[in-house]
Amino acid sequence: MTATQQTPVPQAPIEKPLAKNRRVRRLTTKDRVVISLMIGIPTLIEAVLVWFPAIGSIILSFAKWNGVGSFGKIEWIGTTNYANVFGIDPNFWPAVRHNLIWLAFLAFIASPAGIFLAVLLDRELPGSKIMQSIFFLPVMFSLALVGVIWQLIFSPDQGLINGVLGTKIDWFGNPNINLWAALIAASWKHIGYIMVLYLAGLKGVDPSLREAAAIDGATSRQTFFRVVFPAMKPINIVIVVITVIEALRAFDIVFIINKGTNGLQLLATMIYTNSGAAARVGYASALAVILLVIALVPIISYLTQAFKEDKR
Amino acid sequence: MTGSDFGALLGKTGMNRRTMLRVLGAGAASAAAVPLLAACTGTSAATTSTTSSTTSAATSAAATSSSSVATSGAASSVASSAVGSSSASSSIKQLGGTVSFGSNQSDAVPKAAYQDVFDAFTKASTTSVKVNTIDHNSFQENINNYLQGSPDEVLTWFAGNRMQFFAAQGLLTPIDDVWSGFQDQYSDAFIKASTAADGKKYFVPFDNYPWAIFYRPSVFKAKGYVVPKTLDELKTLSAKMLKDGLTPIAFGDKDGWPAMGTFDYLNQRINGYQFHMDLVATHKESWTDPKVKTVFDTWKGLFPYLQTGALGRTWQEAALSLVKKEAGMYVLGSFVAQQFPKGDTDIDFFAFPEVDSNIGMDAVEAPIDGFLLSSKGTSEQSRLLMTFLASPEAQLTYLKKDSSVVAANKTASTANYTPLQKRSAELIGSAKTISQFLDRDSRPDFASPVVIPALQQFLKDGDSDSVTKSLEAQAKTIFTS
Repeated sequence: MTATQQTPVPQAPIEKPLAKNRRVRRLTTKDRVVISLMIGIPTLIEAVLVWFPAIGSIILSFAKWNGVGSFGKIEWIGTTNYANVFGIDPNFWPAVRHNLIWLAFLAFIASPAGIFLAVLLDRELPGSKIMQSIFFLPVMFSLALVGVIWQLIFSPDQGLINGVLGTKIDWFGNPNINLWAALIAASWKHIGYIMVLYLAGLKGVDPSLREAAAIDGATSRQTFFRVVFPAMKPINIVIVVITVIEALRAFDIVFIINKGTNGLQLLATMIYTNSGAAARVGYASALAVILLVIALVPIISYLTQAFKEDKR
Repeated sequence: MTGSDFGALLGKTGMNRRTMLRVLGAGAASAAAVPLLAACTGTSAATTSTTSSTTSAATSAAATSSSSVATSGAASSVASSAVGSSSASSSIKQLGGTVSFGSNQSDAVPKAAYQDVFDAFTKASTTSVKVNTIDHNSFQENINNYLQGSPDEVLTWFAGNRMQFFAAQGLLTPIDDVWSGFQDQYSDAFIKASTAADGKKYFVPFDNYPWAIFYRPSVFKAKGYVVPKTLDELKTLSAKMLKDGLTPIAFGDKDGWPAMGTFDYLNQRINGYQFHMDLVATHKESWTDPKVKTVFDTWKGLFPYLQTGALGRTWQEAALSLVKKEAGMYVLGSFVAQQFPKGDTDIDFFAFPEVDSNIGMDAVEAPIDGFLLSSKGTSEQSRLLMTFLASPEAQLTYLKKDSSVVAANKTASTANYTPLQKRSAELIGSAKTISQFLDRDSRPDFASPVVIPALQQFLKDGDSDSVTKSLEAQAKTIFTS
């Protein structure tokens, strides 16, 4: 929201004080054109591509519409969609629970694992370049390929795991297990992603910090937690935000497995099945707004916290 | 469509086919002449048929069945001779120009088969077809935006409610004038399936296929099994199969829709076609009606005989257990034959057995695939293509490559049908009523987001009370407009 509100602000002082203020008068016409273009174009893009659809779906979440024909056909039904989502839809609460499990798993297991790998690889042990490539490989695979790979591993009748272990576990069909199977597949990608981000950050840490810590007699564990980790704050913020976003928009692997049914309901897959061919535009918008709110709460609270500390 | 219709059809077929060929060859007026046909312009050389995007499909098609080209050429070679002739009138007008076609047939076999149909059309009409093939699932999921944006003139779609929905939104062009040219070649069930709520026709049926219970005759023969006529016999047979170490009924419902087939049949066998339609298509009947609960309870009675772990298995994997003779039977559409190894003809089916003798078993589930004219389809070429696609020639050309379905036109020759196709045609012909499958008969915003999870939940817990309550509560929020 801030972006749109700020637009007129920088232009006002440029135009008004021209007569009075000498310093501002130094802005040539060219400068003013450049400045207004540089602010105006991103604002416009942001407004058209981000704010218009976002606000549009918030508005549509109060409507019943099949997405066909003129806007006059939209039927306004107040908060009925929300009442139906919370009260009637049997998939909603499982979906919220699965999204939260997904978030917890990525935040407490996958992301720390990626950071751990990055720290290990940063030590330039022999073969670390190769290991780095291996861990990063899943990130580069196309989603379709990831889906196929994990189908082959988890398939109940012809899969690798059941074949090797001689078990008959229905990895994708048993609703008590399939979420964890999907989480393993998702983490497989997520760990490599976090690892590369963190590794890039680690390379940017001033080596003299570590030297100083070593001279002061810090152990490597102390060096990391007391010196390197705090110095990595910008990267840490990025990782937290990425983890939250990845967990809440989780969709692809689950959709490839079973389109998000039977124990794998997620908010994103629910939005998809209700939009698309089903064309429940209002209902899907209500789900999207709920997902947006869920995503905003942790991200905003974390970011305000982080920036507050900066000011101190 | 009745059995006697089909007998008559078989008798008439030879003559009819000859007539069509003569019409095409000599360019004489046909009984099925298009109303839009006027004096033939007798134009120009044939334009090249395909756009670059479809050329590869055409060539790969030629490669896979170069031998069949010679035989399949019957219509097209004759048609090509008509191109040069400048007769006074012809069944297919030579309009030239182009017509765009949106296809959801992204699989290799049907894609190549369509190309053959278009090649034949181009030869006969000098109108080229610009095919825009879209992945099957994406096509279905984006159909709303597609039809409102800049759709192709002619497109593939399904009969029934799924077509009527778009007709009601004014996104389609009615084709009653096109239909008047071939209405007598279609049975009443097909005409009904092509007609929308406003009484106008919007759909040209092309092919269809029945849902039934498939089995391997060799297994039945070796073990001395008899085809069951009633549900009790089916259960007895299943118990026998269990004893023999077979999985009685193969089942894979990972994608959610295969279970709908069993529900559709049970509901129609227990409560009849009309009740089924009033329940799923219009929600005039309530899901909490005890009659629906009976359906779920009956289904639950079959659970001991269903392949376990169905929710983690695709329909293809379930088909494999039938192929490998690990399972005895399988409730599916006749496309299950695609999973059988090439040349393996050890496959047959029987109609879903009777549950209530008062209701009988004359309801058949046989989804019809065909074509629509979008709101952009106003050109004469697009109507000409619709007319051609309704002809037995076009449909038989298609069947040359895809033998898992049967032609919709009742005058199409069944002479070259495989035994399975002949049985399919008989089963469909014997039907008093034809349902289209739940996700085509019902509303799109109900079938996939609501019914699929509900049926899967039922398959897990077998709780007929909670599934009917949950379905009714959600149906109430959806069937309000």
